[in-house]
Amino acid sequence: MENNLEKIANKIRINTIKEVYNAKSGHPGGSLSIADILAVLYFKEMKIDPKNPKDENRDRFVLSKGHCSPALYATLALKGFFSVEELKKFRNINSILQGHPDMKKIPGVDMSTGSLGQGLSAANGMAIAGKLDKKDYRVYAILGDGEIEEGQVWEAAMASSKYKLDNLCVFIDNNNLQIDGSIDKIINPYPIDKKFESFGFYVIKINGNDTKEIEEALTRAKEVKGKPTAIIAKTIKGKGVSFMEDSVGWHGKAPNEEEYKIALKELGGEADE
Amino acid sequence: MNNKEKKATRQSYGEELANLGESNNKVVVLDADLSAATKTSIFAKKFPDRFFDMGIAEQNMIGTAAGLATCGKIPFASTFAMFAAGRAYDQIRNSICYPNLNVKICATHAGITVGEDGATHQMIEEISLMRTIPNMTVICTSDDTQTRWAVNEIAKFEGPVYLRLCRLATPKIYENEKFEIGKGIQIGDGTDATIIATGVVVAEAIGAMKELRDRGINIRVIDMHTIKPIDEDIIIKAAKETKKIITIEDHSIIGGLGSAVCEVLSENYPTKVYRMGIKDEFGKSGKAEDLLKYFKIDKNAIIEAVTSKD
Repeated sequence: MENNLEKIANKIRINTIKEVYNAKSGHPGGSLSIADILAVLYFKEMKIDPKNPKDENRDRFVLSKGHCSPALYATLALKGFFSVEELKKFRNINSILQGHPDMKKIPGVDMSTGSLGQGLSAANGMAIAGKLDKKDYRVYAILGDGEIEEGQVWEAAMASSKYKLDNLCVFIDNNNLQIDGSIDKIINPYPIDKKFESFGFYVIKINGNDTKEIEEALTRAKEVKGKPTAIIAKTIKGKGVSFMEDSVGWHGKAPNEEEYKIALKELGGEADE
Repeated sequence: MNNKEKKATRQSYGEELANLGESNNKVVVLDADLSAATKTSIFAKKFPDRFFDMGIAEQNMIGTAAGLATCGKIPFASTFAMFAAGRAYDQIRNSICYPNLNVKICATHAGITVGEDGATHQMIEEISLMRTIPNMTVICTSDDTQTRWAVNEIAKFEGPVYLRLCRLATPKIYENEKFEIGKGIQIGDGTDATIIATGVVVAEAIGAMKELRDRGINIRVIDMHTIKPIDEDIIIKAAKETKKIITIEDHSIIGGLGSAVCEVLSENYPTKVYRMGIKDEFGKSGKAEDLLKYFKIDKNAIIEAVTSKD
């Protein structure tokens, strides 16, 4: 039985495909892999109010792998931060929806990202500010598994641990693919769990395409005191569209009309008028 | 100018930052294992809860400052200019300037006047790097009074600022002068030449002005403490009123103050500009005073430039 969050994740996927198809560019593979995590965060976990996107007590989210903006934008639109109609203008010169997330232009985006490896540092800053101000908001971030090849991520990981940021929860989207191939063949970042553990994180390993497991992990993360949590989410790149699944070629490519129709059919979506 | 009361702008920065901490509790300070040298240690001692030593990890320091700024803090992030503007350039550009976040990057040990540490630690390209980034304001102070003003002013100013500070102790130039971001300070009103200077070499220019006066040559000095946005009016006025325009900086002649002045004049009042600075080469070890002489950015080099026939 498909639960409500799975339905939302599916809607995120349908809209992701539409955005990338309409823009004729963008990054579908990694967007589809994180749809379930975004669905749980935005529709179950996070304290956020689309009518008051700058509420200083809100939970924060940083999409460190900023190229997966189509999934984030779909999520924000479905949540009501802006109209679903705006998604049609993704990457358009007249749109707020930039290729990579822009916190100045897009309601609901807490940090501008795009240049890989920088999001965890920003999330740390938000979590430290929360502690300084004695606020109980939580900070979430999603990093790509290829992204953690950036050295800054580990600089940041040391700091998350030093400052005991138990209000911080980081997802590693472990779809095992980066543009040039499998992450273990390009420059192997495994074992990811042991690395984060040795950097002082509480580590949880889950199937990142299973909304139940995501929910449970987030509940556990909130109980952890004195250290940050890293959720290593095993996912399938391109999840939900058969020909995109586990295929490195769909990292940053838009489907043609035929592929678009097949993708929507598989996801149970309908093409826009 | 008081040669007896010499102080490095990094020292003035550290002292005034600790004062600012008292009046403004939004101010938080980050350093990358150099707090004793950048003088943020004074703030750290006074406000340990608002001081964050991020270790030898400048990229993360800059990114963390960005995150703090999104939550209403006013982060001052300090390390040597080489590692702030050089190592963490991408983070400054994409995590701070693109989202226009209210972070103050206060970089010490800029220029060849770092001295003995040599070329790897002598940042002479970063005025250029910083001023090309949209949203960034670039300030380079020349003495204690001006640095103390800058620390308070940039805390009130909303948006990213790069404050360039130096290690070499230099004379006190100002007492109660009023400063404004984006407005150069004209010192003297001679018409034989204008020396447009910034930072540590402003004192050299004032020294040259005094010596030249004894020889009957009257020049003016413009202390261009804000390099971006640059004071176009004061530059154009000087070009119209004086016979020669000379720029001087403890920085490469490519992309820094000299280039900024040329950009203004070539568009508004085409004038020959003589750029003094580091001429497309790296620095080297030595005493700061000796290096100023070696690289021809000291008082005597200015006198020579003013009096030469070209």
